[in-house]
Amino acid sequence: MIPSDPSERLSLLRRIQEGDLVIVYERHDHMKAVKVIGGSVLQNRFGVFKHSDWIGKPFGSKVFSNKKGFVYLLAPTPELWTLVLSHRTQILYIADISFVVMYLEIVPGCVVLESGTGSGSLTTSLARAVAPMGHVYTFDFHEQRAASAREDFEKTGVNKLITVGVRDIQGEGFPDEHLGQADAVFLDLPQPWLVIPSAGRMLKPDGILCSFSPCIEQVQRSCETLGLKFTDIRTFEILLRTYEVKEVRAELGKGDEGFSFRSPPHKKRQHSTEKGDAVEASGAATVMAKPCSEGRGHTDMGNTMCIHEEFPFAESINAPMLGMTAEGVGRLIRKGQEQVIAERRNIIEKDIFNALWAQLWVYCCKSTDK
Amino acid sequence: MGESNQTSRLTWEGCSVLLDINDGERLVFARLSPAATLKIGKKNFSLQPIVGCPFGSSFRVDNGKDGPYLSRVVPSEEEGGNNVQEEENVTGEELRDNRALVDNNTAQSLTGEDIDEMRRQGATGEQIVEALIANSTTFENKTSFSQEKYRLRKQKKYAPKVLVRRPFVRSICDAYFRKYPARIGCLRSDSLALLLSMANVTAHSDVLVVDMVGGIVTGAVAERLGGTGYVCNMHLGVTPHSLEIVRIFNFNNDTCKRIVRCCLNDLCPGQNGSHVQNENMASDSGNQLDVTEEDVSLEENKTSVDTSNKTGKRDPTTCKAIKAGEVASEELIDSWKEKGFSSLIIAAPEQDVWGILQKLLPHLSYSASFAIYHQYLQVLPSRTHPHMQMSAFGGYILSGTKICTSESGAQ
Repeated sequence: MIPSDPSERLSLLRRIQEGDLVIVYERHDHMKAVKVIGGSVLQNRFGVFKHSDWIGKPFGSKVFSNKKGFVYLLAPTPELWTLVLSHRTQILYIADISFVVMYLEIVPGCVVLESGTGSGSLTTSLARAVAPMGHVYTFDFHEQRAASAREDFEKTGVNKLITVGVRDIQGEGFPDEHLGQADAVFLDLPQPWLVIPSAGRMLKPDGILCSFSPCIEQVQRSCETLGLKFTDIRTFEILLRTYEVKEVRAELGKGDEGFSFRSPPHKKRQHSTEKGDAVEASGAATVMAKPCSEGRGHTDMGNTMCIHEEFPFAESINAPMLGMTAEGVGRLIRKGQEQVIAERRNIIEKDIFNALWAQLWVYCCKSTDK
Repeated sequence: MGESNQTSRLTWEGCSVLLDINDGERLVFARLSPAATLKIGKKNFSLQPIVGCPFGSSFRVDNGKDGPYLSRVVPSEEEGGNNVQEEENVTGEELRDNRALVDNNTAQSLTGEDIDEMRRQGATGEQIVEALIANSTTFENKTSFSQEKYRLRKQKKYAPKVLVRRPFVRSICDAYFRKYPARIGCLRSDSLALLLSMANVTAHSDVLVVDMVGGIVTGAVAERLGGTGYVCNMHLGVTPHSLEIVRIFNFNNDTCKRIVRCCLNDLCPGQNGSHVQNENMASDSGNQLDVTEEDVSLEENKTSVDTSNKTGKRDPTTCKAIKAGEVASEELIDSWKEKGFSSLIIAAPEQDVWGILQKLLPHLSYSASFAIYHQYLQVLPSRTHPHMQMSAFGGYILSGTKICTSESGAQ
């Protein structure tokens, strides 16, 4: 997932090999990590897929089952991993993760301490940021969870960048071997204030601490403790608003409304029949995005968060294939005010950007220069 | 790849710093050259005392033999109980209010002359603030919040504080967002963070960037690459986009070498950018070059030249922080033609991003991630959504993964 030298980076020449981890993409909210093993098969509602058919194809390829169903095989990234990993705990999602990594000023070579490890969602992104020569030391007091995290890191190939320790950080603090070594410390614990003094000792001068808490009371209590040794204490609530992308078609004889929304297809089969109809029905169609009205709190997030989303679509579009509806990409980001009517010669599989309002408190601060 | 300048915990001569004056009241990018000064109030202060101090150090104005100078505040002096005590005051029951306050300009008995006299006798800024408080007839009757505000106001004027911050992407982006949001296309640091994640920027990546936001995205990507991979700054027209902000990062030579630029036509000679686009690009980057920062980058340019002339290359990496953005070699371009880029980021707020994306996508590897920043969302007839406003809003980001078409994908 994270190249350890230039030859390992994604390339037009890269092909899927035996032993590679691929993200099997069915739909934006249906993905699965699969290790490619020659004799194995993947069975899902679209049929049976032989791994041996995948070997030698580029990442990003569309592959077919015995029943002509298809999926895409994507190269794993920390973002995709976050969407497919097995949840052993609540996890952090992309908006929080991105912000934490930037605010902690993590760059290649940094040493980062984290507790708890949880499901390793953030840990994987931390590893991406410290690579190739930095290191993430992550701790969880739950032995089994730590072991599962280790297995996951091996599976995704980030294990060289991460050391998972079993330790009750809240009770014992961080181990002394990291004294004054850490560029950044990240805490996701129920009582972070208990660890703050220890975290302060681990940090290099001007190092940064970030603690993640769902409740404002936890934040307040931590801030009181932070005030003794830290400066620049700031609290952030991270909101990510996602948009629902829909196709809108001007339909004749509908009065003032003029538009109707077509609901996203739920089944591929249904979709392909729709395709034919739609081409017949009306040429003028466009794609619009509107903010999802329904906001969901972080803690309710069961499945996905998909502003980072692929929109696979039908084959024969002139534009190069990209992971989204071609028109969707262009029109969505286009500067406003112009009327945009995209010709929809190819009906595209529509998906929805799910809504996420991550209502969590992240607070960051710097250790004082000692 | 050697010790990166960026990870150094101490400032050095010639390094770039972000000076935070009075807790964010003013933010100034500066380069610590021998001649560099900072103007606070009416006086210019040499930045020499900052050289060799840890990032995160704070400074105050002290009176020396040769007049006032910036003097480092050693943390132990002011840390500790201070904050806690303030908290207690704040959380205590408030009995005072402003019912008796009359605004007749007689509350302060110290005159300007008195203060000047105190200064001549060597009083520190803090002492002056204390004297002002002691001589204020209304201070005692202010609420604790109001007292705190008064103290702060006086402190800013008589005892200014200067905090030295590391110019990392976050602090740079935040400072620009506050000072000159338009120059970075109002790109907020959290949006920038999302762009970097969504484009899967990591060491050893070759990242294609269309950066029409002053170089902040280029700098951010280079920071994440840490001297590995490449960030290729693509311009569609003839004029390269300004990379002004890249100079503020303390990138060493290893990293600077990894920042290259290239023209779309170099990558795909058959594909000519439309005329309209060329013109747009040219005029846009022209604008960007015109608006140089008032005291910041002008001063920086001047002083960095001074440094290389006078001090005779103490450290080559620090004197020439400007090498980033050389034209990509043919060899590199050929390798990108063959292998494709591993990520794509577009931050071109004034452009037809769709047009750009169409041209650049063929150069992206399969399954590579892209992320696009834009400020506007489309407005449709009879489905018009408000144009979002800046402050409450971090812009739009669109991201995805390029997939492989069956025709080109089949071996």
